[in-house]
Amino acid sequence: MIEALRARAGRLAVIGLPYLWLAIFFLLPFAIVLKISMSDPATAQPPYRPVLDIFGGVAHWRDFLLALDFENFETLWSDSLYVHAALSSLRIALVSTGLLLFVGYPIAYAMARAAPGLRPLFVAMVILPFWTSFLIRVYAWIGILKPEGLLNQLLLWLDIIAAPLAILNTPTAVYIGIVYAYLPFMILPLYASLERQDPTLIEAAQDLGAPAWKAFLTITVPLSMPGIVAGALLCFIPIVGEFVVPDLLGGSETLMIGRTLWSEFFSNRDWPLASAVAIVLLIIIVIPIVVYRELEAERWEAAR
Amino acid sequence: MKRRLSWVNATSLTLGFAFLYLPILLLVVYSFNASQLVTVWGGFSTRWYGALFRNEALLEAAWVTIRIAFLTALVATVLGTLAAIALVRNGRFAGRTLFTGLVYAPMVMPEVITGLALLLLFVSIGMDRGFWTVTLAHVTFTMCFVTVVVQSRLVAFDRSLEEAALDLGATPLSAFLTVTLPLIAPAVAAGFLLAFTLSLDDLVIASFTSGPGATTLPMRIYSQVRLGVTPEINAASTLLIGFVTAGVVAAALLTKRAA
Repeated sequence: MIEALRARAGRLAVIGLPYLWLAIFFLLPFAIVLKISMSDPATAQPPYRPVLDIFGGVAHWRDFLLALDFENFETLWSDSLYVHAALSSLRIALVSTGLLLFVGYPIAYAMARAAPGLRPLFVAMVILPFWTSFLIRVYAWIGILKPEGLLNQLLLWLDIIAAPLAILNTPTAVYIGIVYAYLPFMILPLYASLERQDPTLIEAAQDLGAPAWKAFLTITVPLSMPGIVAGALLCFIPIVGEFVVPDLLGGSETLMIGRTLWSEFFSNRDWPLASAVAIVLLIIIVIPIVVYRELEAERWEAAR
Repeated sequence: MKRRLSWVNATSLTLGFAFLYLPILLLVVYSFNASQLVTVWGGFSTRWYGALFRNEALLEAAWVTIRIAFLTALVATVLGTLAAIALVRNGRFAGRTLFTGLVYAPMVMPEVITGLALLLLFVSIGMDRGFWTVTLAHVTFTMCFVTVVVQSRLVAFDRSLEEAALDLGATPLSAFLTVTLPLIAPAVAAGFLLAFTLSLDDLVIASFTSGPGATTLPMRIYSQVRLGVTPEINAASTLLIGFVTAGVVAAALLTKRAA
């Protein structure tokens, strides 16, 4: 009896502790973000109105709920700056994900075709930069891309260009930075799915007369689709909300929604509007996740 | 079957790894540059490392960051391991779907959202922002990474060992401590290190949840970087890269010996 009770208590602790923590520090904050996105900014402490007093009684709750509105979302919708930032984030994320796939696939493919003894070393070499500070890795590119930077010096020395190129503070720099920072996230899922592939399938195709490129396009690529989807999603979602790369490498014309949120919050101190931007960003990234889950469910059904 | 790398594959690997490592390597090389001009080589020197150790603000920030990272890693490892056990060992329970969602969501959530959400929570409950709020925020977003690492080890784990201990009269707790924990220890250690580095590295969430007196190293570096590249920051980055690389290599050797 006591044994059973103790086992129950243990089970409760194992599930309950992390559950409670995430509910308080992850779920509850989103409810608050939603609430504040419907409030009005105020020059007070905290800088928004109304402020909820949970034990304020029925009348207080009614007044509180009546004071909430969608004004901030209307502002976002009517101001072309915010619409522009949202669309531009999506475009940058899509193009970057495409570039990442283009750069990452050959590397992942070569890793999967390497001798089995070498593969763990290659995997470790891909992961190691991920452990190095994101901020520092992005910062390293400033020294390379700026007008008197190392890339321009090299190109001038090789006589490829006559005058230094302006790369830093342009969209090109943002793309370079994003591809560099997110490459491990793309390579690893691709590698995982490519490594599991049976190489005899390719040999069979080639024995039957398919040229190498055709065997690659009709067998290797379709079979690696789960890895492609996983890698694309793993990169796309955080890139949409990316702040550090556009802030350090992009110019003032590179609008991204994460950067907009940051400046609304830190520079304009408009917390309700920043919260509304967060809600919009959340909706933008939830859509691909839902689509992915639907696709996965379909794949499971088809596999049965 | 061909075991040698074809030249196409060898080229992809060479270019790929050059792309991944060259920027970091250049940063390290130029941190030993004697010249004040960051991109003009003026001979080998360690003067920027000396300047670094006289920069009180940077040292102070580094100390705060290390303390936060250590505490974060400790709590995140316990909570993350518990969550992994809950997911692998406890089949179905009420609210499992929500729990799974809560465990994975912080990993893909853009940091600006997590940071803002946590800040608004701390303001709502009237908690003073500083050391502790950053630590709480860091535990929340790093514990999920611990869960993923430990979970992958638990799934591959032979459960009959644990059942044997239980059949022989061990309580679930002592079976866990004497059988399961030693076997999943490498994954738990890896999770700890991952949480530690993620906390050490974080700029965005710390910027939102920090307050006066708790400026972390990434926040300090960021505010200096916005003013331009300086040899001193190159030196600080090199030290950080060195520490992390040493830690990762040590962890790899430890897990290799344990396996």
